[in-house]
Amino acid sequence: MIETKTLPTEYVTHPGAIKSSSGKTLRTDEMIINMGPQHPSTHGVLRLEIVVDGEIIVDVIPHIGYLHRCFEKHAEHMTNYQQVIPYCDRLDYCAAINEEHSYVLAVERMLKIELPERVEYIRVIMAELQRIASHLIAVGTFGIDAGAFTPFLYAFHDRELILSLFEMTCGARLLYNYFWIGGLSHDLPPQFVGKAKEFCTYFKPRIKEFNDLLTYNEIFIKRTANVGVLPKDVAINYACSGPMLRGSGINWDLRRDDPYSVYHKIEWEPKVGKGEMGTVGDVWDRHIVRMCEMEESVKIIEQALAALPEGNVQAAIPKRIRPDAGEIYARTETPRGELGFYIISDGSSTPYRVKGRAPAFVNLSVLPDISRGGMIADLVLIAGSVDIVLGQVDR
Amino acid sequence: MEAFQNLGFWGTLLVTVVLSALPLVFILLYALVTIYLEMKVAAHMQDRLAYMRTGWHGVLQPIADFIKLLQKEDIISVAADKKLFILAPYIVFMGTYGAYAAIPFSSIFIGANIDLGAFFIIGVSSLVVVGILMAGWASNNKWSIFGAVRSAAQMVSYEIPTALAVLIAVMITGSLNLQDVTKFQAGGIQNWLIFGGPLPLLQKILITPFTVITFLVLFVASLAEVNRTPFDLPEAESELVQGFFTEYSGMRWALFYVAEYANMFLVSAVAVALFLGGWESPFGSFLSGPIWGMFWFVIKGMVLVFLQIWLRWTLPRLRVDQLMYTSWKVLTPFLFVCIIAIGLILVL
Amino acid sequence: MTAVGIYFNNIWLALSSIAIGMRITISHLFVRSVTTQYPDVKLKMPERARNRLYVNIDDCIGCDQCSMACPVDCITIETIKSTPDQDLGTTSTGQKKRLHVPVFDIDIAKCCYCGLCVPPCPTECIVMTDVYEFSEFDRKNLIYNFSVMTPRDIEQARAKLKKAEEEAAAKKAAAAAAAAAAKAAALPAAPPAEKPAGAPQSQQPSTPASDSPGQPGKS
Repeated sequence: MIETKTLPTEYVTHPGAIKSSSGKTLRTDEMIINMGPQHPSTHGVLRLEIVVDGEIIVDVIPHIGYLHRCFEKHAEHMTNYQQVIPYCDRLDYCAAINEEHSYVLAVERMLKIELPERVEYIRVIMAELQRIASHLIAVGTFGIDAGAFTPFLYAFHDRELILSLFEMTCGARLLYNYFWIGGLSHDLPPQFVGKAKEFCTYFKPRIKEFNDLLTYNEIFIKRTANVGVLPKDVAINYACSGPMLRGSGINWDLRRDDPYSVYHKIEWEPKVGKGEMGTVGDVWDRHIVRMCEMEESVKIIEQALAALPEGNVQAAIPKRIRPDAGEIYARTETPRGELGFYIISDGSSTPYRVKGRAPAFVNLSVLPDISRGGMIADLVLIAGSVDIVLGQVDR
Repeated sequence: MEAFQNLGFWGTLLVTVVLSALPLVFILLYALVTIYLEMKVAAHMQDRLAYMRTGWHGVLQPIADFIKLLQKEDIISVAADKKLFILAPYIVFMGTYGAYAAIPFSSIFIGANIDLGAFFIIGVSSLVVVGILMAGWASNNKWSIFGAVRSAAQMVSYEIPTALAVLIAVMITGSLNLQDVTKFQAGGIQNWLIFGGPLPLLQKILITPFTVITFLVLFVASLAEVNRTPFDLPEAESELVQGFFTEYSGMRWALFYVAEYANMFLVSAVAVALFLGGWESPFGSFLSGPIWGMFWFVIKGMVLVFLQIWLRWTLPRLRVDQLMYTSWKVLTPFLFVCIIAIGLILVL
Repeated sequence: MTAVGIYFNNIWLALSSIAIGMRITISHLFVRSVTTQYPDVKLKMPERARNRLYVNIDDCIGCDQCSMACPVDCITIETIKSTPDQDLGTTSTGQKKRLHVPVFDIDIAKCCYCGLCVPPCPTECIVMTDVYEFSEFDRKNLIYNFSVMTPRDIEQARAKLKKAEEEAAAKKAAAAAAAAAAKAAALPAAPPAEKPAGAPQSQQPSTPASDSPGQPGKS
């Protein structure tokens, strides 16, 4: 019942054609399948048009735009700079704090504001907590892509604990609007430091448990090692960033290489993929980079909590935010990679132009290149390892 | 069955219908219990609670689900091959249900005590593949056909280790009749085939490692036969949406579902009858008898079903080529070694 | 490792890692559930919870700050000026209310719970509460009207304002007319001002002087 097109005769000379024992050529056909936008493992509304030869993938064409919400145009039509922040949250709803961080950083650099030390430390703590939460979603759903459901719920439980910390601090669980231009919306509640420390001690053994259950499971390793290998040069050519890039063995982390906030005062190191289970840059490497980054984030949080100074959480800023005419590009390391905001100001109280450089979008563009020749089951894993959030891809 | 010989045609027919409906009652009851068990085990393994609202800890939920499924609209897509689409779930169920005929539930209760019991079960349950292929093809959905083709390849390749494992049991017991195989293992847990059966001590010690391996292989192969994790490729949710029953809903879907659960018990029952002493009590003559036999058989079967559930909520899924690798390059060679070794030990 | 070694090692790894995984999942079988039975058991919301908006309309001075701050324009405020003879009272923070607020609608379906409307409020009358269960079958029911003014009140206020405005306009017109008249009187008088200007010029300063009682005191 599957419709097949009548193909030109040259098709039989295609490499996929099978010769029968009598020497007669049997015609085989490539099939085009739409994976998504309604598919359990496209992490939202991504549509992948796959050309398959049996189970082997010949080509993948991603179609995006199902979640386009005109973020950039909206930003131009707000009444002030502050109002853009809730929209930034909604770009990458899994890591809203990191999105805010980037935008707020850009505006603050335009205004040339010095922030109180306490603000910077709180921002680092929050950004790293958010990074853990986001990576937990990434590795959890990655487990589902591989067919293991239980790790997902363990990951989600831990994420809920982080979200409770956020809710305690700013009142929201997902879309925080917590980093404001020149400071924060609220100071930390008194019990926050204790609870955050408690979480750090609780979370370390949980990472190990997760690794035992999923990461070092032999079936999982066999599924992910040597699959979707992203070589160094391809990663650089496609401007991949974040765990995608570090998974390919390139030691590049904006927190260290283009320091912002107080990351330079904290001891930590970026994690890179080493190809322990297969080739450098395979799906397993990207997964392990995320797992290790969570451990690093816990370290950063613990140090930042210990060094947290007292003080004000709002810098002195003009009542009406009107940056001088000019432009700026500020970038931060989000869980998905380099998120940058390019803002042009015409001196008025609304941005003239806001452009977001979405890491998920850039990383997604490499998908066709690394999934050709794999199987459908591999494609699911590769798409999962890119860790896309369609809100950010489509903006 | 001998008691019902002089009933005439109609009497015999009536008795046949009633007796053959008994496993159906069992399957339905068992499916309700196992669906509940699966949901609860899955939930508690994930630190959740699952159903809590319908009855005490949600015990009535499977019944509620069943009623809901009965009420659902019967959807057959326009492009589907209607006849095959309707027929497929019945064939799948039939293949499973037919195999229950030769399952020895107890010393007195077996649907058809045929001498080729084990062979019959393997043969009849292969019919499921036909149904699945039909469902996949008739749905006119590319994901469905993927699921169906995967399933066909998987079931055909895993039938070989299954058959070889059965062959080993037959080699030791010398019979294909599951009642005889069960009776062979009488006398307590030490006489089960997994521990070498009631052979002389030296032979028993030599043979035990191989029978244990055989049992493990049979268990793994049976997981693949019933499409359970880590071999749930035909219905791999994250890849093929729902595999061959993507397009099914309502009662037809439920039929697939019940068949799947019935299949889980079927393969467990075969493993129990062949290697875990069937309906024989694990304590020799203590707590034995026809009724206790039924109890032991179901309990042993459910333990294996629980193992399947436990594995499902622990493991990721294999890829198609790895699935084939496991069957042809691991399970089958291991069984060949076992067959040769056991054969040599038996000749000793 | 030789090929055979790798083969057996793989099988061993597979079995052992499966065993490790099974140990973890079975241990969780006996761990207390971390979920709550939602409608029966509800989690306590933290103090700062940002859920449904609430407006204490008694304190609202109709300044429109919250509406301006809202990024999704979900707050609609209309105001009517009060007349000097009306006393609308003061807010709990002690500010004098000068505006009637006949319309204070929040379309909670549009609200994005960002909390941007809360800090600008000078009287702290718009707050985010911890109420999160307010689903409705009809979207229209999600438009909350916070204003307590009845249509009659609004009409009266409008009428009063209109009257006051009219009066003011009349006054203004009268004043303007008077001024114009005065000007008109002054203007034609201006050119011959050098000679017979005595009477009008003495008149003009006297009128402002009587209007503003401060001036005589000053001088």
